[in-house]
Amino acid sequence: MSDVVEKTLTALPSLLSLDSQSGATKLSSTSKLGNLIRGITELTSKHEEEKLIQRELASIKEQVSSPNTSMRQMKELMVRAIYCEMLGYEASFSYIHAIKLAQQGTALEKRVGYLAVSLFLNESHELLLLLVNTVLKDLQSTNLIEVCMALTVVSQMFPKDMIPAILPLVEEKLNHPKEIIRRKAVLALYKFYLIAPNQVQHIHNKFRKALCDKDPGVMAASLHIYLQMIQENPEGYKDLTASFVTILKQVVGGKLPMDFNYHSVPAPWLQIQLLRILAFLGKNDQSSSEIIYEVLDESLRRAEINHNITYAILYECVKCIYTIHPKSELLEKAAKCIGNFVLSPKINLKYLGLKALTYVVQQDPKLALQHQMTIIECLDHPDLIIKRETLELLFRITNAQNVTVIVEKMLEFLRVNKDDYTTIDLVGKVAELAEKYAPDNEWFIETMSTVFSVGGDMMQPDIPNSFLKLLSEGFDSVEEDRKLRLFAVDSYVSLLQGEPGKLPQRFLQVISWVLGEYSYLREELEAVTVLRLLAKLLDMKSTSSETKSWVLMAMTKLCEGGAGVSVAQEVCEAYSSSLDTVLRQRAQELQHLSQDCELRARVLPRDASLEPLEVDSSLSFLDGFVSEALAAGAAPYKPPHQRQEELAQAKALSLEPYSLSLPISMSSCSIADRQSPTLLSVSSGLSGESPDLSHKGGSTMLKLDGVKRVWGREGYLAQREPVEESAHVEVPSPLRSPSQQGDADSSHSQTPTPTPTPQPEQEKQQLASSLFVGLGSQSSVCLMGKSEQTTQRFRRKAKGPVSSSGAGAQVSNSLVSTPNTANNLLYNNLLDSNITSELTVSSLEQTSQLSQGPTAANGTCDVELTDGDMKESSPSLVRDNGVVAADPAPHEDPDRPEDLCLNTHLPAEFSGLCHSEITLLCSNQSLDLSACHVQKEDSLALVVFIYNSSDSDIQQILLELDSDELEVSCVCDSAVQEARSHSVAVCQYSLTVKRPSVHVEVVGMVSYQFPVGTPQSVQFSYKLPLTSFIRPLTVSTEEYGTMWLDFSHDTKQKLTLISDGQEPLVDTLNVLKKKLKLHVVEIIGMEGIVACRLLQDQPCLMHCRLHAGTLSVWLRSPVPDLPDCLMYYCQRALQEH
Amino acid sequence: MIKFVLMVNRQGQTRLSRYYDPVELNRRTLLENHVVHCCLSRRKDQCSFVDYKDFKLVYRQYAALYIVVGVTDNENELSVYELVHNFVEVLDKYFSRVSELDIMFNLDRVHIILDEMIQNGHVVETNKSRVLAPLTALDKMADG
Repeated sequence: MSDVVEKTLTALPSLLSLDSQSGATKLSSTSKLGNLIRGITELTSKHEEEKLIQRELASIKEQVSSPNTSMRQMKELMVRAIYCEMLGYEASFSYIHAIKLAQQGTALEKRVGYLAVSLFLNESHELLLLLVNTVLKDLQSTNLIEVCMALTVVSQMFPKDMIPAILPLVEEKLNHPKEIIRRKAVLALYKFYLIAPNQVQHIHNKFRKALCDKDPGVMAASLHIYLQMIQENPEGYKDLTASFVTILKQVVGGKLPMDFNYHSVPAPWLQIQLLRILAFLGKNDQSSSEIIYEVLDESLRRAEINHNITYAILYECVKCIYTIHPKSELLEKAAKCIGNFVLSPKINLKYLGLKALTYVVQQDPKLALQHQMTIIECLDHPDLIIKRETLELLFRITNAQNVTVIVEKMLEFLRVNKDDYTTIDLVGKVAELAEKYAPDNEWFIETMSTVFSVGGDMMQPDIPNSFLKLLSEGFDSVEEDRKLRLFAVDSYVSLLQGEPGKLPQRFLQVISWVLGEYSYLREELEAVTVLRLLAKLLDMKSTSSETKSWVLMAMTKLCEGGAGVSVAQEVCEAYSSSLDTVLRQRAQELQHLSQDCELRARVLPRDASLEPLEVDSSLSFLDGFVSEALAAGAAPYKPPHQRQEELAQAKALSLEPYSLSLPISMSSCSIADRQSPTLLSVSSGLSGESPDLSHKGGSTMLKLDGVKRVWGREGYLAQREPVEESAHVEVPSPLRSPSQQGDADSSHSQTPTPTPTPQPEQEKQQLASSLFVGLGSQSSVCLMGKSEQTTQRFRRKAKGPVSSSGAGAQVSNSLVSTPNTANNLLYNNLLDSNITSELTVSSLEQTSQLSQGPTAANGTCDVELTDGDMKESSPSLVRDNGVVAADPAPHEDPDRPEDLCLNTHLPAEFSGLCHSEITLLCSNQSLDLSACHVQKEDSLALVVFIYNSSDSDIQQILLELDSDELEVSCVCDSAVQEARSHSVAVCQYSLTVKRPSVHVEVVGMVSYQFPVGTPQSVQFSYKLPLTSFIRPLTVSTEEYGTMWLDFSHDTKQKLTLISDGQEPLVDTLNVLKKKLKLHVVEIIGMEGIVACRLLQDQPCLMHCRLHAGTLSVWLRSPVPDLPDCLMYYCQRALQEH
Repeated sequence: MIKFVLMVNRQGQTRLSRYYDPVELNRRTLLENHVVHCCLSRRKDQCSFVDYKDFKLVYRQYAALYIVVGVTDNENELSVYELVHNFVEVLDKYFSRVSELDIMFNLDRVHIILDEMIQNGHVVETNKSRVLAPLTALDKMADG
């Protein structure tokens, strides 16, 4: 049977050739299209093509606009325009005519018009609006073919805003007697669901009706909607599990009409679709899985025809079996099935088998053992694609015992691989494995050296960054740290003594940093030797100026002693006149620091990279500078994306001649630029502006990850334990010795072992034993908990103690980014130096810490002392809040009212509300001024307490408050006039934010008078954090989606993840929720959406995504600066945690 | 999900292209060149699935014509491989012994057929007679 099928398959392709001229005869040889096609087939060069197409375009342009062109000619013109666009030449002048053709043509002409529209325009093109009327008309047509066409184009593309206009008509078609109309109507609804799910929320019952349609085609179409909905929310559709099972049973049982068969297999693509749906429904759900088992078993059994499409179904079956709640009987069958795949001589099946194995080994590493010999063969397969897929599989089964062999295989592949994309991906994986499972220092450093040399300058920048971070932060043992660094130094010195010209720039940067930082560890190595080696790098032509700046930085750390200074001086002379300002700056630093040992020791203390730096990421220290600049007439800062957007809008304006369609065109334009993460998270991964454009791609990948990880491991393991025990027996034991320690070396050692097996076979078995070591019974447990339970050599240390000042964000000296940023920092200090003496001192300290290595820090420390800590924080922090300006030194008054006493003066309506510590703002001989803020649900109140400490009454008290950032309004009935001796007067103000800023400040003045004497006044200021104004915003996911699109101000940043618990995302969001009073709207897999509002009603939305161990946060709001400020607080909240 | 369908001949000339994931016009030529190069450089005994950047290519050769489909990593490659064949079988049924020139001279019809089978990157119909129904009806209207 199978052979017959294969033969018919191979026979068919031969029919497709240039010999048959049947198609050409249909067109007259004189037709313009015929000429074009002939021209295209005769092309010999790109240049000719360009000439031909330009000529063609000119001719089309002339004809389309002619009033005499018939619709029939127009159709041909459109096909010609499609040709031109297909070859990459824009024919935008014809777009409008395509719409016209769809509108005015009949039958095939109309269809070609619609086709051209769907090929020419993207979904957000403004011309699409002109199609709406045509679609409306055609939907109402009595001609079924026209209805069909309209529905087809609607299900391909339709302007989102216009859905309501046609929705009733489409819904009506769901009841049409013709199956094709019903089917296309369902597909149109699917499209609506994809682009605007909230628009079709009310017709979910109609989807159910479609699912139950008597026609299999209509039912199949409804599955697209269900797959999408179930993927998003499996819980909501559990009741349909039995229905899907029944449908699949009928399909598998051959109950569908014969014409649904493909090579005697009943509706294979429908089966695959159903299996995918069932996998989502059965995942983590035993009771649903119970319903599914039987049909899966039947599918496996029925798939007996030896045809590709059967294997495609089987693959989906296996995936489903391993996704839903496990059942041992089925798992065994699935495993056997995978065996058929990987053992198949057909290469495509082998590939799919490897892919299935890669998926499965994460749950059951034993399966890799069963197929180890096949895997070894695939490793040496001549087809790189197979090799690559095998490495992917090995990557998933790596543990501490087999890491050396697997990494060796990966590096081997990397050396021959030419595809950049694969290199980047694989280099990342090697680095990850090396860090996780490195058996010893030497191996680790050597492997990373290979990674840096092979990965070159295209690898992900976080690889060198995290390597340097690892080196500098160290591990739990000081001695190990020292050894590792020492080995790195030795290894790099010898590399530099070799041929450094061949090393990639990134690697040279790493080398420079390590030598600069740690070469003192090797005592017999003189600094001047290292300096000379480094200086050699500067002279190489290939060295980039970025690398040079790293080198100069390293030299700055090393230039000591007479000889060192003279090398440094030489270099300085060469570079202090460099055209590159960064290099010149570095050379200057080197010059000065090499001459002043004391300063150098202060600026660049040894081994101090761990000390935390304080970074004010909001750059609030620049506020003064900014406001001066603004006052001097400078334009306010706009973030780059906003500038681009405005530019784009300005463009859209100038290009758009029709004033009528303007507002719509602008909104559609903005839709194109910013897609909601809730609607289509692919956009965040794929759009160019995304900060984390990773090689992993968009959400489709992301969701697959979710599938893999969420699978219930624990329960499964317990169940499998006895089976694994027996599996261990099946393992072909290593030839030399079963002891596991020797295994890792066995592949390298060439000692011949007396054995009857032929040499190559023996090598393979040795390789097998070293590759699959650690997958046996006892270690499989540790493999399951790969990241947690194995002995991880380079376990990162916990973050150093966080200093308690609380000002600014804390960032440990993490060695990221280029030296340029550190340079910015020096600059900033200069700008700030004239503000206060205190500031300069601390800035100097900052500089000293920063200059040790290139760092990410781009701000100075924030000397301002925050209050902001609410009641639970230690009161010691709070006192420094006020600044007394007018009056001389604050006096110490022993009987000043305690905070506790003032608490009793807090207005009654505030009892039970959260309020800040009552802070003394200023005091003099006669009065003490204190204040606190109270967080009400919809407002923030400032309460000022005036305590009269003198012996006489104070009269005519006048309190004036003002603020740059806040709107201050007096709660009228609380205005005070006088304060009796030794008593307290209370004033209340309500605050709202005018302009968000990280810290907002209220400045004020109290003027008062004693019964006898002159009027006096005292000035004060009160700072409070922006978080006091943040309240949770309760919205639904849909509302969130719509709001997201409307907001124009945003910011993105990666934040540290709180990863001590099971679910880092949930934990992290909970911390933010607790500390910043945010509302977590929804968490879906790796993504979470959060909303809050700034009083009164200024929303800010947050979209978080787990990515490579960090949290990518994207904040968006209609209020300028709000996202930036909130980002600052999120960062701080997470670091303080 | 299917990202695009391409038909190219052995000289690397595009005969049909349909994108389900928006790609700007000026980037398409470059992408097509790369994709074609990836597939043409492979031998017959090699695997029909190729990694390309963050997605995969599934290709199938018919005489001088290659059909290349770009799919996301989570797609079932083999089912797409067979989908391509189903598509060719449908074309063969419609044109009765389809040739490269048929496709060139009837680019619009081939697109119409493809639109019936794949929409938004998903397989929407594979039943041959149902795929061809709208087009044959249109042809009848034109004749009659």
